[in-house]
Amino acid sequence: MTKFILPLAGLCLLLGGCIEPWVKPYERAHLADPIMSFDRDPVGSAYIDHVYESREAARGAEGAGGGGCGCN
Amino acid sequence: MLRLLFLGLSLLGLSTFAAVLPEDRADTLYHRYEGGGVTIDGPSILVRKSIGDSVSLTGNYYVDNVSSASIDVVTSASPYTEERRQKSLAVDYLRNNTLMNLSYINSEESDYSADTTSFSISQDMFGDLTTVTLGYSLGDDQVGKNGDPDFSESTQRQNYRLGLSQVLTKNALLGINWETITEEGFLNNPYRSVRYRDGSGGFLTEPEVYPRTRTSNALSFKLRYYLPYRAALSGEYRYFNDTWGIRAQNAQIGYTQPFLQAWLFDIKYRYYTQNEADFYSDLFARAGETNFRARDKELSRFHSQTLGLAISYEFARSGWSFIDHGSLNLSYDYMRFDYDNFRNLTVDAPAGEEPLYSFDANVWRAYLSLWY
Amino acid sequence: MFQPIVPSHKFRLLLLLLTLAWSTSPWAAGGKAMAPDFTLKSLSGENLKLSELRGEVVMINFWASWCGPCRQEMPLLDQLYKRYKPMGFTILGVNVEEDSQAAKKLLKDLPVSFPILFDNRNQVSRLYKVSAMPSTFLVDRDGKLRFMHKGYQSGYEDEYQRQVRALIRE
Repeated sequence: MTKFILPLAGLCLLLGGCIEPWVKPYERAHLADPIMSFDRDPVGSAYIDHVYESREAARGAEGAGGGGCGCN
Repeated sequence: MLRLLFLGLSLLGLSTFAAVLPEDRADTLYHRYEGGGVTIDGPSILVRKSIGDSVSLTGNYYVDNVSSASIDVVTSASPYTEERRQKSLAVDYLRNNTLMNLSYINSEESDYSADTTSFSISQDMFGDLTTVTLGYSLGDDQVGKNGDPDFSESTQRQNYRLGLSQVLTKNALLGINWETITEEGFLNNPYRSVRYRDGSGGFLTEPEVYPRTRTSNALSFKLRYYLPYRAALSGEYRYFNDTWGIRAQNAQIGYTQPFLQAWLFDIKYRYYTQNEADFYSDLFARAGETNFRARDKELSRFHSQTLGLAISYEFARSGWSFIDHGSLNLSYDYMRFDYDNFRNLTVDAPAGEEPLYSFDANVWRAYLSLWY
Repeated sequence: MFQPIVPSHKFRLLLLLLTLAWSTSPWAAGGKAMAPDFTLKSLSGENLKLSELRGEVVMINFWASWCGPCRQEMPLLDQLYKRYKPMGFTILGVNVEEDSQAAKKLLKDLPVSFPILFDNRNQVSRLYKVSAMPSTFLVDRDGKLRFMHKGYQSGYEDEYQRQVRALIRE
């Protein structure tokens, strides 16, 4: 039984058609707004990250892409 | 079985979507840091241009002009000026819903040279609601010492990154990032020393000794939430630990408020805390007390707070010549560092009884951004 | 009672799943299904009904002001419209935004000559199962859905032109 379900679930997930996106492409107006961007000013934020990294022991895990208009 | 999975993945081409390249833009920034006896300023210029629909090139030039009379310098050396130049070049390649990035960064100063090459791959999935990113960086640094031409050491560094960006609702976005960094080589500062009790109320110094390896892990969470009247709330949390015994956490909250059509206002508060490295001590009991010794305040136990304010004005919103729109930005960050076990040696007191060190800094960023 | 899955059946299973996923699209009936009818308010104020355009080749383009590729595509669609309108072709630019303010502002800076419709409540977007931004559908003179494009990349306009010419000649 499990030999059947696992590959089926895997393929279903991969095919994407089984998981209906709960936010439709035409509902992304707010997510596409520049104020919702994780990194609106890459040059400014790279600088401030550098200021912290050179004074603190912690480093890493600063970046994140994604969100946005989800176009194309 | 695995072959079937891969077949499924490739056939995904039937119902997949594509992503977009990062925006074409040019930014000119002036940065200025003043605090703890140190003034560092300089420009940072970025230019990005896409070529066709699949490729985007980014170039960045950054300079740090350092005038330092910091606590480290004042107590063991004389004030100095230094210039660090950094150049980087990156290529983004887009294919359907996969975005690949290859970049090279070179940083040069009189006693330190660093080269870093990075590669990352991002994949959009589940109707573009999820983006998974994998990244790897390889760094090679050459460490020198001003005034000592025979001194030459090196460090190798590798970064492994994993990121997930998830659309939660029409109004909320979540980002989760993990990064592991391993370093090997000369990891300390050739100018810095530690101090130990001399037995008569004072202290003597000896060079610091660091382990030749360090592995660190960081996990961060970022959340952005859209408020119905058009504003954004953001929250971030990061946890860090490494093989030197340091554990750190930082949390940040932010609020973005647009007003009067073309203006944007940002406010943020960040709190950071860390404990000291295993081999850190402000004052050792005697010379060579431990195999590894450090008195770098960066490895001490401390906490810091930042309050940031930013204002932005968008111009040419309907375009002007080849420009799509542009913005003028000014941001100010006030930072305060309070050390729990690093003492201020500029104050005359018996060894180990000097006041704990603290300082604040003013950080300015003024920049112009153009989109075309 | 399930039969134990034998390796040679797995490929057939994959094909079955693919057909099932594919069948949820409007092309299930062999690619010549009727384009779902709708009525929307246009920029000029009057209502426009798709079935009233029977006899013409219709291109339905779903767009939004916040969508980069959509903005890129609009001037090219305008060119296509101007060129083939005399031969019985029209484009319906369906804006999918809840608030039409941003769209109207964009149209002031980037005017187009083809009709713009406002799908404020996303009824038509749902009807057409819009799964990418932008999305372009081509309807023939008999009102049947013939072609669909998801997203926009340079070069798509050549494909549009080919398909429009083919449908006009029918």
